[in-house]
Amino acid sequence: MEAYLDNAATTRCSRPVCELVMKIMGEDYGNPSSMHQKGVEAERYMREAASRIAATLKVSEKEIFFTSGGTESNNWALIGTAMANQRRGKHLIITQVEHPAVSAPAAWLKDQGFEVMALSVDREGRISLEDLKKAVRPDTILISTMYVNNEIGAVEPVEEIGRWLKKEHPDVIYHVDAIQAYGKYRIYPQKTGIDLLSVSGHKLHGPKGIGFLYINKKVKISPIIWGGGQQGGMRSGTDNVPGAAGLGLAAMKAYENLEEKTEYLYHLKELLTEGLDEIEQVVIHGPCCREGAPHIVNASFLGVRSEVLLHALEDKGIYVSAGSACSTHKKSKSPTLTAAGADAKERESAVRFSFSDENTEEEIRYTLEVLKELLPLLRRYTRS
Amino acid sequence: MKTAFLIKYAEIGIKGKNRYVFEDALMKQIRFALAKTEGNFDVTKEQGRIYVIPGGSYDRDEVIEALKRVFGIAGICPVVIAEDDGFENLARNVVAYMKERHNEEGLSFKVYVRRAKKSYPISSMDAASELGGRILEEMPQLKVDVHHPDVLLSVEIRTDIYIYSEIIPGPGGMPVGTNGKAMLLLSGGIDSPVAGYMIAKRGVQIEAVYFHAPPYTSERAKQKVVDLARLVSRYSGPIRLHIVNFTEIQLYIYDQCPHDELTIIMRRYMMKIAEQIALETGCLGLITGESIGQVASQTIQSLAVTNEVCTLPVFRPVIGFDKQEIVDVAQRIDTFETSIQPYEDCCTIFVAKHPVTKPNLKVIKRSEVKLQEKIGEMLQTAVESAEVITVS
Repeated sequence: MEAYLDNAATTRCSRPVCELVMKIMGEDYGNPSSMHQKGVEAERYMREAASRIAATLKVSEKEIFFTSGGTESNNWALIGTAMANQRRGKHLIITQVEHPAVSAPAAWLKDQGFEVMALSVDREGRISLEDLKKAVRPDTILISTMYVNNEIGAVEPVEEIGRWLKKEHPDVIYHVDAIQAYGKYRIYPQKTGIDLLSVSGHKLHGPKGIGFLYINKKVKISPIIWGGGQQGGMRSGTDNVPGAAGLGLAAMKAYENLEEKTEYLYHLKELLTEGLDEIEQVVIHGPCCREGAPHIVNASFLGVRSEVLLHALEDKGIYVSAGSACSTHKKSKSPTLTAAGADAKERESAVRFSFSDENTEEEIRYTLEVLKELLPLLRRYTRS
Repeated sequence: MKTAFLIKYAEIGIKGKNRYVFEDALMKQIRFALAKTEGNFDVTKEQGRIYVIPGGSYDRDEVIEALKRVFGIAGICPVVIAEDDGFENLARNVVAYMKERHNEEGLSFKVYVRRAKKSYPISSMDAASELGGRILEEMPQLKVDVHHPDVLLSVEIRTDIYIYSEIIPGPGGMPVGTNGKAMLLLSGGIDSPVAGYMIAKRGVQIEAVYFHAPPYTSERAKQKVVDLARLVSRYSGPIRLHIVNFTEIQLYIYDQCPHDELTIIMRRYMMKIAEQIALETGCLGLITGESIGQVASQTIQSLAVTNEVCTLPVFRPVIGFDKQEIVDVAQRIDTFETSIQPYEDCCTIFVAKHPVTKPNLKVIKRSEVKLQEKIGEMLQTAVESAEVITVS
């Protein structure tokens, strides 16, 4: 049996998305910048994709800009706004649990003379609105927070932050890294005061190499990639038509029957966490049950190194992540688990399970069975 | 006129009647090295010389890079080959050659002529002085220096005429395949690829064994070792890599023996397995990357205890090297970057906080008695179930 439980790392591209991408690559391969019919036809795909996405956010399609993925969107949001607004101030606020796609450009901005403040989080990985209120200064130009944390599924109070900012500090730009949240939550930037929103295609059964940044039309932001002037000069580079169209379709599908799917994901999550509760020496990180994201469970199996458990599970056809998939190549400690107060033993043994609506109850039961079988064996052998 | 590469070889020249064996091995290795470069090459032996003659287009730098990795080559000379159509034409070709390559003001040169075709009407000495004169006539900015010339222009008169002035140093050593075969214990660290490279340089063909311990070591750790074997194979020629699943044995030792002896006992069984595969595949020795005192299992006492299980000779070419010296070679042969990827190997997963550094053979043997029941069968299974892949 195979159970792919690493959907926060990436998801399988859905069949209709694959077919659309194939069709565009093989048949409707024009360049939207071309003046002939092939170009016009390709441009239609771009506009359709933008309008499908815009509909899910209830924004204008002119506010959707395609990028190469989540990392570029985050980089653009931070660097682009910092550059365009630096005369107003050089103070930025992020959190301690950001994905490197936010924390790394923030660190780079720091080197360029910006001041970056990182808000701490509680045991569940959430920042407090009060802390944020205190942190805002007259020279604050940008606040960037995650929506859903990629490692432990903590949900940040983005709506409260957005609404408060729009009331008290309408000039401060608010960016939300929604890479793990888009397609799981209904997000309405205009109503909630979100100015910029980063999204990645491959987390929602769309293609890799495509993402978008929603940019509220009032926001001052400069491009970070220059060239042929595509996308109104905001993001140059030949349009990734198959990618954008694939993402547009995936986004539309993600929001069909959303509540039903969310309910199903929570059901799977509860099935897993209830099963884990029966196993000895397991610590579940992040907020309990429905307070956290529906698709992420992070648990430490004390006495077994994450990597060992990961490979042992892999041997049984179960695919999971050790901490955060993006940081496995480095020996760096998980920023989120550290910030959320997990100790070294917990961090070393943390494994992330993440679901999609393609997973089944049977897969979860199988995973629990395998865990119960493997853990006593793995725990017998440790570094002395 | 066409261009080619004249290969000068190192120690082969002194190998007497076996010389052809060494030359044939060298030609085989040259062909292997050139297989991955752009173009087609004819590798031929002619009157005790090996030539690489390109047919069609090729990338000169790429060819030289590839040849620089073939053991047994002392020097690579890019040559111009002209037909023998009289001395006048020869002189014209030589002058043209000089004009194209060595046209700097004040440069000194010497012409050296070798006449392998003894029927050629002019003697070597006469030809050399005549050619030198012609060059000076046409290129008065040059001067002759017979003792320390900047440019030594060689002209070899054979069936054709060979003109060259540049000798690019090769790696030296002996052609792989001329000194039997040995089994390298390849770990994924910095030292073992260097050890394999050094023994291959002496003409020894390499096979390799890697100990894999899933789920404690990952598929990526294994891939890293495959990548390292591939990097070594650029010098040694294709390597057969035996991947042995070591988990069962490791856990069994863990269960039965004192933990501070785990590493040393484990290494003894690794050597046993490596030796058995070596014997089955016709290897005449084992190769390790051990260096005295580098880690607990490489103290002189530990080395003695691990060595005790083997009957085949164990070659440890970096035994007297400091870490930095090994790193220097690893960087030169381009294995360093791959070696330092941070994947755990099976030597470190269960390592004790304070492993024995001065193991006593008697004590270790007494501990191993506790493994009697199953270890024989486990070793057999490990050897038989080894996965074999050829990397090149």
